Amino acid sequence: MKQHFDILVIGAGPAGIAAAVRAAESGARVGLLDDNPAPGGQIWRKGAALPAAARDWIAKLDASPVVRLHGWHVFAHPASGVLMAESTAATDREAAELHYDKLVLATGARERFLPFPGWTLPNVMGAGGLDAMVRGGLPISGKRVVVAGTGPLLLAVAAHLAHRGAKVVAICEQAPVGRLAAFSLRLLDQPGKVMQGINYRWASRNARFHTGCWPIAANGQGSLESVTLQRNDQQWDVACDYLACGYHLVPNLELPVLLGCRIQNGFVATDKWQQTSIPGVLCAGEPTGIGGVELAILEGQIAGLAAADRISVASGLVQKRSRFQGFVRALANAVELDPQLRTLPSAETIVCRCEDVPFHVLGGYSSQRDAKLHTRCGMGPCQGRICGAATQFLFGWGADSVRPPVLTASFSSLAAASCAAGHASNDILNQNRKDTHTL
Amino acid sequence: MSEDWDVVVAGAGIVGAACANECVSRGLRTAIVEAGEIGGGATAAGMGHIVVMDDSPAQLALTSYSQGLWRELASRLPASVEYESCGTLWVASDDEEMKEVHRKRALYATVGIASEVLDSRALSEAEPHLSPALAGALLVPSDGVLYPPCAAEFLVREAVRLGAKLYSQFKVISAGNGLVRLNDGTELRAPRIINALGSEASTLVPDLPIRKRKGHLVITDRYPGFVHHQLVELGYLKSAHSIATDSVAFNVQPRKTGQVLLGSSRQFGAEDSTVDYSMVAAMIDRARAFMPEIGTLSAIRIWTGFRAATPDKLPQIGPWQEDPTLFLAAGHEGLGITTSLGTAKVLVDYLMDGETGIPIDPYLPARFVRSEAHA
Amino acid sequence: MPDPSISLLVNGASVSVTPGTTVAAAILMSGPRARISVTGEPRAPLCGMGICFECRATINGFAHRRSCQVLCEPGMDVRTA
Ligand SMILES: Cc1cc2nc3c(=O)[nH]c(=O)nc-3n(C[C@H](O)[C@H](O)[C@H](O)COP(=O)(O)OP(=O)(O)OC[C@H]3O[C@@H](n4cnc5c(N)ncnc54)[C@H](O)[C@@H]3O)c2cc1C
Ligand SMILES: Cc1cc2nc3c(=O)[nH]c(=O)nc-3n(C[C@H](O)[C@H](O)[C@H](O)COP(=O)(O)OP(=O)(O)OC[C@H]3O[C@@H](n4cnc5c(N)ncnc54)[C@H](O)[C@@H]3O)c2cc1C
Ligand code: FES
Repeated sequence: MKQHFDILVIGAGPAGIAAAVRAAESGARVGLLDDNPAPGGQIWRKGAALPAAARDWIAKLDASPVVRLHGWHVFAHPASGVLMAESTAATDREAAELHYDKLVLATGARERFLPFPGWTLPNVMGAGGLDAMVRGGLPISGKRVVVAGTGPLLLAVAAHLAHRGAKVVAICEQAPVGRLAAFSLRLLDQPGKVMQGINYRWASRNARFHTGCWPIAANGQGSLESVTLQRNDQQWDVACDYLACGYHLVPNLELPVLLGCRIQNGFVATDKWQQTSIPGVLCAGEPTGIGGVELAILEGQIAGLAAADRISVASGLVQKRSRFQGFVRALANAVELDPQLRTLPSAETIVCRCEDVPFHVLGGYSSQRDAKLHTRCGMGPCQGRICGAATQFLFGWGADSVRPPVLTASFSSLAAASCAAGHASNDILNQNRKDTHTL
Repeated sequence: MSEDWDVVVAGAGIVGAACANECVSRGLRTAIVEAGEIGGGATAAGMGHIVVMDDSPAQLALTSYSQGLWRELASRLPASVEYESCGTLWVASDDEEMKEVHRKRALYATVGIASEVLDSRALSEAEPHLSPALAGALLVPSDGVLYPPCAAEFLVREAVRLGAKLYSQFKVISAGNGLVRLNDGTELRAPRIINALGSEASTLVPDLPIRKRKGHLVITDRYPGFVHHQLVELGYLKSAHSIATDSVAFNVQPRKTGQVLLGSSRQFGAEDSTVDYSMVAAMIDRARAFMPEIGTLSAIRIWTGFRAATPDKLPQIGPWQEDPTLFLAAGHEGLGITTSLGTAKVLVDYLMDGETGIPIDPYLPARFVRSEAHA
Repeated sequence: MPDPSISLLVNGASVSVTPGTTVAAAILMSGPRARISVTGEPRAPLCGMGICFECRATINGFAHRRSCQVLCEPGMDVRTA
């Protein structure tokens, strides 16, 4: 498949949907690509009743002429103005060559996971992870769930799981109560957010809510049976079927980095119009800073409008966006990780789950790359997406370099990337065949 | 700060690591200086195929000598080195290449390397995923595969255990006349300095005839049993040596992890490390011609590396004629993982008493000066 | 609950799911794990969103597919290690 778009949007979460919808208003040919089977990204997954804003934007998307590619993941950027994608959903691994004049990256964020004894047991998942699995059809009714980690996602997940009939037996937030209170006060500028928080608490009101508390072990034979929680000097076990544990979010930077976008303080650097350091490449949502849905929608709209050269319309939104700066900072402060979490892993705790690299072999290396080359940490198919955020916190290492494919792709798809780059691999082959024998 | 040593080795790629290890085991007080990660240069990019090659008699001598040294070392290598004596299959597409198979077998026998001729059917049995249209292959069972960065790390750790000192994350600023200067001002004095900086060797020794030759590799997720031997097309010899042009050859390796590593391309004049999709596609197309099903495998990473190429494709081992304290161990092109151990033995033999396990003459850096003078 | 209406095979056993169910969810409905790790541990989905690769399974003969990103289809053949 080969397609050309005036504006191509990668990621169909709130930012990407908003970008695509606003960009298409101008009559531009807009494409929206996402590796999930349906639009909505991580937060607007189908399942429980979606918030009004979500329904509204998805309806706008449905009514728009945006060309939608759900179930495709980008794996390469073989030449400027071209991305290669492969079908994630279908099992035939088709490759698509996507040409664009303007590109909007709305690749979102993923959860940060911190290794602790037992975190590799089945049924220990991310908070967003369990939520997504349930929205994807995993039965949860009657199951006992501990929700843990940090950040506003915990309450949202607990509320949704409770709504689906789960018994949320405990919610553990690593941040101390004082810091949470400060954050809640900040939220007063954001009445919508406070209401969200209150609703979440209500829906999961049977759960014990602990602050300054986190799981130090997941226990079970072959699958999860209980979780050991710790708060100050106290430790206790809680029997459960699932542990949903995520330590807030880290941005998905692989694609922006592959494209060469400048990264500043761990996020994609953008100007007022969401324009990155690479001309024609814009970025919106979590990769530019973790600020929640409302900010993502605003940034998405600005990026979509700016990509469609409708700066005057976008400028009204730019003003609105500035109001979120305080929120982004306050959120970052509220979810700052307790340094004690660095002591979670035991010597044998696996840090890299793809390659089963235990914590104790990682000491003594100077960087992610050094450790990777000598221990295989980060060498597996996730390419350090999970262990990289953990080792960054545990050892202060920066991220390893990004190499294609940004997500796994078949050899056939990789070969297809060459044509997209405007090369004929046959030139080289033919040269070769002059002095070798072909089959 | 100033320190005295018997020998200073600059560079802890596989070649520097092997040299340092050899120096210490002969009782020399040894320092090793590495600017980056141990084995983080070309050594982190190389396929790690331990292979006997016969492009020239000197190459055959050094590779067969080195392959034997790896086999001797094998039982002491830690699991992280992933050494596996999987053997090489030199794959022939037609009758003409089968003649080459027989020639190669006879030649390898002269240096004590046993090999076996497989016909088309035996080849299919040995490697079911290869195209049944192939004519046959030469199996060299004593060849192997390892994971180079951990091999370098092992050699350095052994050297340190035996008393060598590692200057990790120090850059050599200058080396010569018995003095090595590091970026922080440290001075290391030694009557012998070994330059093992790979393709960077000429940064310290101007006029060294070493050029970078870029290569691409692609690794897959785990597919245990998909391939069993390192598979190389016989055409490799021809394509790898057509110096002037970019080339690719069918070259597939089974990793001990069950991953499949696909090589390899050769390009001159490409100095940046970005992935060139036309090369990758050419490699994949070539591989699909030999192994149709390989197209469905999931690739997880592509990377590039630079071989340190010399005009005659042989490494530079021995004294640098303009400075009696300076010795070279560089320019190993696409075979430095294999030839690192042989290089170290030959060089340290030469340093100690002049008697070498195989003749050093074809590798002496002086050969280029000589040929220039005669040109 | 709507009636299950898609039927697929997970390790040879038939599983019925509602439309819109991911293969990862179907795998967990029929057993405790999705794969065996490189040191032999049982593993199951972690992230649910295509990042961690813990849910890799062989789907219709293609190995290492991220099952959390794939929706169940009638007659699908899913194999876990
Ligand atoms: C036999 C073998 C098997 C392998 N198997 C796997 C595998 O299964 N999975 C896997 O992921 N990898 C694997 N690797 C590859 C390995 O992880 C590296 O990709 C490989 O060493 C090549 O490095 P690179 O070019 O990607 O290095 P890069 O990390 O790109 O680095 C090249 C150099 O550039 C520097 N550099 C990189 N980024 C920057 C920056 N932003 N600013 C400044 N300097 C920078 C680095 O410090 C380094 O010196 C394998 C390697 C070998 C040899
Ligand atoms: C794509 C590819 C495939 C290959 N496949 C194979 C194969 O299958 N089999 C095989 O035998 N060989 C193979 N090779 C060749 C092999 O990788 C190299 O020949 C070998 O790694 C060279 O090792 P080295 O120690 O000389 O160089 P390097 O590994 O490059 O080591 C040089 C070291 O010096 C350090 N350094 C540089 N400058 C300074 C300074 N100023 N101060 C301090 N330190 C410094 C660098 O950081 C580096 O670590 C391959 C190479 C490539 C590129
Ligand atoms: S569960 Fe993480 S990739 Fe599917």
